[in-house]
Amino acid sequence: MMSDALRAALIPLVIVVPLCWAVLCLVQPRRSPSLLVVPGLLLWMVVSLALCWDVATTGVSMHVLGGWREPLGIALRADGLAAGMALLTALIAAACGGYRLLTPPTADDPTAQRWFWPLFFMLGASLNAVWLAADLFNMYVGLELLGLSAVGLVAVSGSDNAVSAALRYLLAALLGSLAYLLGVALLYASYGTLALSGLAELVTHNTTTHVAFALITIGLCLKTALFPLHGWLPPAHGVALSPVSALLSALVVKASFVMLLRIWFSGGVGLLSPPMAQLLGVLGAGAILWGGWQALNHPDLKSLVAHSTVAQIGYLFVAIPLLASGASPGLAWDGLMLQITSHALAKSAMFLASGTLIVAVGSSRVEDLRGVNRHMPLALFAFGLAGVSLMGLPPSGGFSAKWLLLQTALAGGQWHWVATLLGGGLLTAGYVFRVFRASFENSSDDRFDHTPLGWDVLALLLAGASILLGLAGSAPLGLLRTGASIPGLIP
Amino acid sequence: MSGAALPIWVLASSLLPAMIIFLLPEQTRALRTSVNLAAAVLKIVLVALMTWRVAQGQLTEVRFEMFPGVDFVLRADALACLFAGLSALLWFTTTVYAIGYLEGAPNRSRFFGFFSMCVASTMGIALAGNLITFLLFYELLTLSTYPLVVHRGTAKALAAGRVYLTYTIGGGAVLLLGVALLYGVAGDVEFQPNGALGGVSEDAWPLLRIVFGVMIAGLGVKAALIPLHGWLPRAMVAPAPVSALLHAVAVVKAGAFGIVRLVYDVYGVDLARQLSVLLPLTIAASATIVWGSLRALWQDDLKRRLAYSTISQVSYIALGVSLFGPIGTVGALVHLLHQGIMKVTLFYCAGNYAETLGVHKISELDGAGKRMPLTSAAFTIGAFGMIGVPPLAGFVSKWYLGLGALDAELPWVLVVLVISSVLNAAYFLPIIVRLWFVPRSEPWPEEQPLTGRWETSRWLLFPTVATAFFTVAAGVLASFPFSPLQWAILIARREYLP
Repeated sequence: MMSDALRAALIPLVIVVPLCWAVLCLVQPRRSPSLLVVPGLLLWMVVSLALCWDVATTGVSMHVLGGWREPLGIALRADGLAAGMALLTALIAAACGGYRLLTPPTADDPTAQRWFWPLFFMLGASLNAVWLAADLFNMYVGLELLGLSAVGLVAVSGSDNAVSAALRYLLAALLGSLAYLLGVALLYASYGTLALSGLAELVTHNTTTHVAFALITIGLCLKTALFPLHGWLPPAHGVALSPVSALLSALVVKASFVMLLRIWFSGGVGLLSPPMAQLLGVLGAGAILWGGWQALNHPDLKSLVAHSTVAQIGYLFVAIPLLASGASPGLAWDGLMLQITSHALAKSAMFLASGTLIVAVGSSRVEDLRGVNRHMPLALFAFGLAGVSLMGLPPSGGFSAKWLLLQTALAGGQWHWVATLLGGGLLTAGYVFRVFRASFENSSDDRFDHTPLGWDVLALLLAGASILLGLAGSAPLGLLRTGASIPGLIP
Repeated sequence: MSGAALPIWVLASSLLPAMIIFLLPEQTRALRTSVNLAAAVLKIVLVALMTWRVAQGQLTEVRFEMFPGVDFVLRADALACLFAGLSALLWFTTTVYAIGYLEGAPNRSRFFGFFSMCVASTMGIALAGNLITFLLFYELLTLSTYPLVVHRGTAKALAAGRVYLTYTIGGGAVLLLGVALLYGVAGDVEFQPNGALGGVSEDAWPLLRIVFGVMIAGLGVKAALIPLHGWLPRAMVAPAPVSALLHAVAVVKAGAFGIVRLVYDVYGVDLARQLSVLLPLTIAASATIVWGSLRALWQDDLKRRLAYSTISQVSYIALGVSLFGPIGTVGALVHLLHQGIMKVTLFYCAGNYAETLGVHKISELDGAGKRMPLTSAAFTIGAFGMIGVPPLAGFVSKWYLGLGALDAELPWVLVVLVISSVLNAAYFLPIIVRLWFVPRSEPWPEEQPLTGRWETSRWLLFPTVATAFFTVAAGVLASFPFSPLQWAILIARREYLP
């Protein structure tokens, strides 16, 4: 067994390890960063695994940094969701980091070489800070750092497009934070606490509270890129370096969503009225349709995948009315968790595979993938496996998620969500097969650039994990249920 | 290796070869061929072992939890062995055929990889022990056949692939809805003789009727019930071995097999009759039988005529299932096998004519019997089998279907069978007349030079002759143990006499 001192240190370590490496990479820039980066990624993975093990075996634990209490202290709470997301972050970061390490250094300019790694580890540390935060203020700090490092990572690719996309992203991120911060200030003025657990005991229905929650929700929806506030996402995720796009789509948009989930279901318990929940669901359905439609028609491969993210975020919001209806909260929660995790794995795999395909054909247009299938079978296979999960075909985490959400919708007689879930899958199939159709087309042009085998392996591992989640979902779901504050949820 | 885990090994014996073949470089022809054939032989052995266990009545099952409340179940029962046996046998012959057919063609690693995955999906469909596992492999089948349909990469193939996907993915979504609805009523539905819905209260009967309709609509796409059959004739652009596989074992049969499972092992014959959902199925199947045959009459393209013939013939299975009663059941199950053997023979022949003589149209077949006597003999046997000439396999099916119709007191179904047989004769006999009795007046469109002592490549000819032989044997030896007929009778006995 772990000693108590080590256990107590685990929670902050999950944040501190990537933070240390961010600083190290900043002060020690190297031409070949592997020697520095690889131990960091490994150590990060080890502490995240240890945290998951600890939460799975002994349950939820709290940590108060430096003895400071809220509101200004840093209180961290490791429940199943936090630990699970931390592990997911470590895994996807390792894959994306590995992809970056295998990229030939001549391929880009010095800005990226200088700034990629510090920002990368900073992004990881701030993600973990968001997962583990137990109060509204720490969430804000985590979210703000996350936004800045994400914007920085978009900008490092250095092209003109990237800079303008990054600026647009920055604007959206700042607006979102501002709205959130205003809401938090209102709540603090009313209740004198920022801890979620404290709020849950105090909140009542009144105008200030409603305005505060509305501001928070709008701010976080903007950051999550919920339709129709998604305009900033496709350019940013479309032009970033492939491993960065993967991180952004897989994890960064989920951070603000998880905050929303915690604030509605652990903080403002009972405040989410059914019409409000339905409205969020309707916006989610709009995202599924709009994102899917755009993905069907966009000529650019990475933009296709980015629009797919807009659509897949829609599913997260469709789960909210199902979760709030209380018909079978356990099923809805499990479905939502699987949607978050399997989309993270599948989408990061899809971005990595797309990046590989783009390098191989030397063009980012879908129609230029003609005949690529003969030369890049592994990258396409990874793309396809990820697509299976996104389409929600069995066996995959995406299917299990869709199945559980379908069951909740059917149990509550909410037929419009049944139609949304099924129709969304068809749209997804449409844009995934667009890529395959192009790749099967005959082509006389057989000039393809060589790409590292390791790229394919990493994408395959991520895509395989999203499939595996569908075959062996019970253990991860058990972990993610630990300490979840959904009424009626059987742990 | 414990016997109970056999289903997993049966599945692995085509999934693992698929993975190996994907990774083999294009040039390693000998190695790829060896892996293919070894896996096909191994699978026949494994399925035979499994069938032996099932005949002894031993439980042969693998299960684990996929996510809370939903299990992955592979179970070998008599029905599973029927379909798995057919798939294993025809996979072997079709693999041999495909090796000859694709000699020198590009992208063979991809082709054989997906080919093996396709068979793995079919095995999974056969062995699935509950609806979710069935759905899993049903969708996997869609995904693994798409690359085979568009294999040639031409604009026509890609367009056909698009239609194929639209139909099958849509059908899959409808089926998912049906499965999810049923799960809401009855929980995790495991297949069992006499149905799994016995405990459902009468209040839920209206819902059960709707669910039945939804699931038939979902399965009907692959089974090519009208009006859901549009994809099948278009999918004919695929290479001949793919068409053979699609029509005889994989896609169309998966739909038909799903209907068999749905009626017997989910609803159960008693409940299905009480809900009176079988008569609409009888009508839909009868309409499809007549419509498919009528359309076949007008096709000059040989493969398209065979495709419409498939639409008609596969609905015999749905028809037999919908006739409540053990005799109709025997007819349906035995036809599941017999149609596969006969249709695969006909498609091999069509492929032989196209590859050897460059002939694709029926009007160009004059005198082919003289140039390719063995292929033409095989075609004649297959066609006579389809018409239902005794003592061939098709006669046995039609005999039991007819008796089943009388037993179910639906004499008009007998009329449908007679009309269909007349139409079968009307579209097959002219071909046979051209093959044997019309002399050749002009050279073949694209004749390949004769190289060996046989009329065409041995890889193409031997599978054709073998399946033609099976067509004869299944009819002549129908009363021997382990013949398709006896196995179908065993299943019917287990379904009706628990």
